[in-house]
Amino acid sequence: MTDLRTDITYATPGEGSFGDYVALLKPRVMSLVVFTALVGLLVAPGSLHPVEALAAIIFIALGAGASGALNMWWDADIDQVMKRTSGRPIPAGKVAPGEALGLGVALSGLSVIMLWLATNALAGFLLAFTIFFYAVIYSMWLKRATPQNIVIGGAAGAFPPLIGWVAVTGSISLEACLMFLLIFMWTPPHFWALALFMKSDYHKANVPMLTVTHGRKVTRAHILVYTIALVPFALAAGLTSIGGPVYLALALVLNLMFLQGAVAIWRRDEARAEADGYATEKRVFRFSLAYLFLHFVAILAEAALANLPAYAAFAAQFKILEVF
Amino acid sequence: MAITREHDLHKRRSGRNVGLAVVLALFIALVFGLTIAKVSGGAALQAFDHSYRPSLDPDHVRFQQR
Repeated sequence: MTDLRTDITYATPGEGSFGDYVALLKPRVMSLVVFTALVGLLVAPGSLHPVEALAAIIFIALGAGASGALNMWWDADIDQVMKRTSGRPIPAGKVAPGEALGLGVALSGLSVIMLWLATNALAGFLLAFTIFFYAVIYSMWLKRATPQNIVIGGAAGAFPPLIGWVAVTGSISLEACLMFLLIFMWTPPHFWALALFMKSDYHKANVPMLTVTHGRKVTRAHILVYTIALVPFALAAGLTSIGGPVYLALALVLNLMFLQGAVAIWRRDEARAEADGYATEKRVFRFSLAYLFLHFVAILAEAALANLPAYAAFAAQFKILEVF
Repeated sequence: MAITREHDLHKRRSGRNVGLAVVLALFIALVFGLTIAKVSGGAALQAFDHSYRPSLDPDHVRFQQR
C-alpha cells in the first residue's frame, strides 16, 4: 500500500468548513444590515410581537447574506484578482462556485417567504427586490458596465431600514424613504473615498470605477458634489416623526464634518495624496462609517427619548415634515 | 500519515454537520415561536378540549353577567 499518498492536505472545493459558508454571506455587511433594519423596525409607528420582530431581523439579514453569496458566485473572477477579496471562499478554493450559487438561491427563497409569513407581503416583496437589485442589477450588470455602478448599486444597501419599517407598518412612508435616501446618497462618497486609496485593485480587476474611467480629479469632484447632495436628505429626516432636536444637532455637526472632509479631498491633488499615503482620503472614509452609524443611533435615541412626555412635547415643534 | 477519523477533512465535515444541525434547530425553534406568536397574539392559548368549559362560552359569560 505504498502507492497511496495520504500526505496531501489541500482543500478540495466542496470541503470547506462551516465558517467558509458563513463567510459567503458577508457577515460584516450583514451586521450593518441588522443594525439599520433594526432601527427602521424599532422607530416605526406600531408594534410587532417580539418573536415576529426577531424573525423579521433574522430574515432580512439572511436575505442580505443570500445576495452576498450570489455576488461572490458571480464576481469570483474579479475577487481572485483583487488583493482585498482574494481570500474569499471561492477564489481561495474552499467552496465551489456552484455551491455558492445554490446557497444564495436557496437562502433567497427561504428568507423572502419567511419574512412574508412573519410580517407582510410588501416587506417580503421589498426583500426579494433588494436581492434581485444587488445580485442582478448591480453585480451582473452595472458593476462591470458603468462608472456610475456605485451610485445606483447603493440602493441595495439602502433598503434594509425601509424593509424594517414596512415589516411593522405594512406601508412606505416619508420617514422610511428618507432613511433609504440617507444610505443611498452616502454610498457614492463613501466608496469613492475607498477607491482613491485602493486604486491598483480596481484597475487590475478591470472594474470601471470612476477613478479608472474618468480619473482621480473627477472622482474628487464627484465626492464633493454627492456629499453636498447628501446633506439635505440627512437634515430633512430630522424634521419628520423619526427626528427631533437631538438628531438635528448631531446631524448638523456630522454633515459639517463630512462636508469639510469632502472639500479637503477635492482640494488635494495626487502628488500631495501620494506624499502622505492618502491620509485625508483614509480619514474621510473612516469618518463616513461613523457618520452613517451615528445618524441611525440618533434616530434610535429620538425614539427612546419620545417616551419622556416633556421631551416629546418639545421635540414635536421640530417635526414639521409630513407628506404621506 | 494514515487516513483516520482525525484527518483535517473529517474535522471540517464534522464542523459543518454540527453547524448545520445547530442552524436547523434554531430555525425550528424560530418557526415554532412564530407560530405561537401568530396564533395567540401573545395571549395564552385556550380552547374547548372535548369537554364543555363555561368560561370559554361567550353566551354563558353574558348569562352570568345579567
